[in-house]
Amino acid sequence: MLILTCPNCGITAEETEFHGGGEAHITRFSTGSGDGDFTSYLFDKKNPRGVVFERWQHVFGCGKWFHAARCSATLEVFGTYSAQTFEPPADIIKAIKNKRPEWEMET
Amino acid sequence: MKRYSAFAIAREARRHHVGWERAWRSPAPKSEYDVVIVGAGGHGLATAYYLAKNHGVTNVAVIEKGWLGGGNTGRNTTIIRSNYLQDESAAIYEKARGLYETLSQDLNYNIMFSPRGVMMLAQTEHELRGFKRTAHANAIQGVKTEMLTPQQVKKKVPIMEINGPRFPVLGALWQARGGTARHDAVAWGYARAASDMGVDIIQQTEVTGIDQQAGVVTGVQTSRGAIRCKKLAIVVAGNSGLLADMAGFRLPIESVSLQAMVTEPIKPCLDVVVMANTVHGYMSQSDKGELVIGGGADGYNNYTQRGSFHHIEETVRALIETFPIISRLKMLRQWGGVVDMTGDRSPIIGKTPLGGCFINCGWGTGGFKSIPGSGWAMAETVAKGTPSALAAPFGLDRFREGRFIDESVAAGVAH
Repeated sequence: MLILTCPNCGITAEETEFHGGGEAHITRFSTGSGDGDFTSYLFDKKNPRGVVFERWQHVFGCGKWFHAARCSATLEVFGTYSAQTFEPPADIIKAIKNKRPEWEMET
Repeated sequence: MKRYSAFAIAREARRHHVGWERAWRSPAPKSEYDVVIVGAGGHGLATAYYLAKNHGVTNVAVIEKGWLGGGNTGRNTTIIRSNYLQDESAAIYEKARGLYETLSQDLNYNIMFSPRGVMMLAQTEHELRGFKRTAHANAIQGVKTEMLTPQQVKKKVPIMEINGPRFPVLGALWQARGGTARHDAVAWGYARAASDMGVDIIQQTEVTGIDQQAGVVTGVQTSRGAIRCKKLAIVVAGNSGLLADMAGFRLPIESVSLQAMVTEPIKPCLDVVVMANTVHGYMSQSDKGELVIGGGADGYNNYTQRGSFHHIEETVRALIETFPIISRLKMLRQWGGVVDMTGDRSPIIGKTPLGGCFINCGWGTGGFKSIPGSGWAMAETVAKGTPSALAAPFGLDRFREGRFIDESVAAGVAH
């Protein structure tokens, strides 16, 4: 059972109040892009066993989207942060490194 | 390999069972194989078996990080059916179901195939229309299925409440030759028969890297050293993304936990498999008398082999409306398996961007039923180097080309 804190409204609740929206920080390709780029945007997943960055929606709450950093092997939540960003903020990276010193942000 | 038979039982009974031999060999890995298969689950072992049996390729290793059949092969609800909507799916699942019919004889290992019939309940008008469409499609595909009325459903399963307030039973799609099998025995039987033909099954050995040269695979790094190979087959279900990462490509796969549970054993009360896709619950009764219940998949990626707690409540809550008599049963065990989900809910079988490297994954929530057909198609693909007729529609390139084999509507979530 995941427990997440919505950074938009500040409410902490268990996972049934939220809805997972899949991998975060993916590059979105659109009109004019090549088949390869569009395929990678739509289908190719990182799907790592370990640290993941995901989109979540607070569906049974404020309704807004946010991001979460989580471990897919242990379900540990490192933190949640605003969806209005292209990359995880420094404090989230620091929180992950505290728990997972060997982890490196994939570029 | 000594054959199992009634005569063998009599012979061993007379001499205190000292003559039974190990079912498969556990050799040390050689330095090189023609084919290395990663993953000793049902699909990997079936691939090895049909490589040896159908194509004469016996210089094969199956490498497994844990124990044989300890992943999803030993964690599913053992349902076998082939009533799929799309022609490509019906072809490979019906091939698998047909092979299951005589698999015990073929392997000389009792897999306890029980074609007791699979009943898929329609509990909304949309579902009823969808199943009628599937029944018509199956008639054209040559897969024998039929629609049942609510009264026919009640006659086959007297313990079912068909007039439930939330989920009334409006009909059902019935496949008489669907059923169940002993899941562990499928892995063990394939392992024993493959080992007998010369396949090395190497357990407790983790693949940690994939070696390549000029875009062609040359071997694997393992926790017991390097093993060279001419061809590599990745058959690791939920861990496919990790192996693909080692090989240098990405897959349209997301790994989630799917859970199941069993109740305490009770007297025989259910002699078919019932699937209720609308409420994400499916149930059959094991030979021991336990009710085997399959639940929903998690709503987010994870590798926990556990599953979210609230799915148990959702599954059981819905099932006790349809089966009121189970409401006082205690749950004995609950577990999860990491399933590899594709966007169109169809598998991926075929070549990868890395030369000499083949993949078989994406069976998601429905892998067990397809093991013989999957192994059959994968073995031909690996042996010939080009996708077999059964496998060809399921190539990785279908996502790029937009050729989806959409079973997410046809099959719902329950496989």
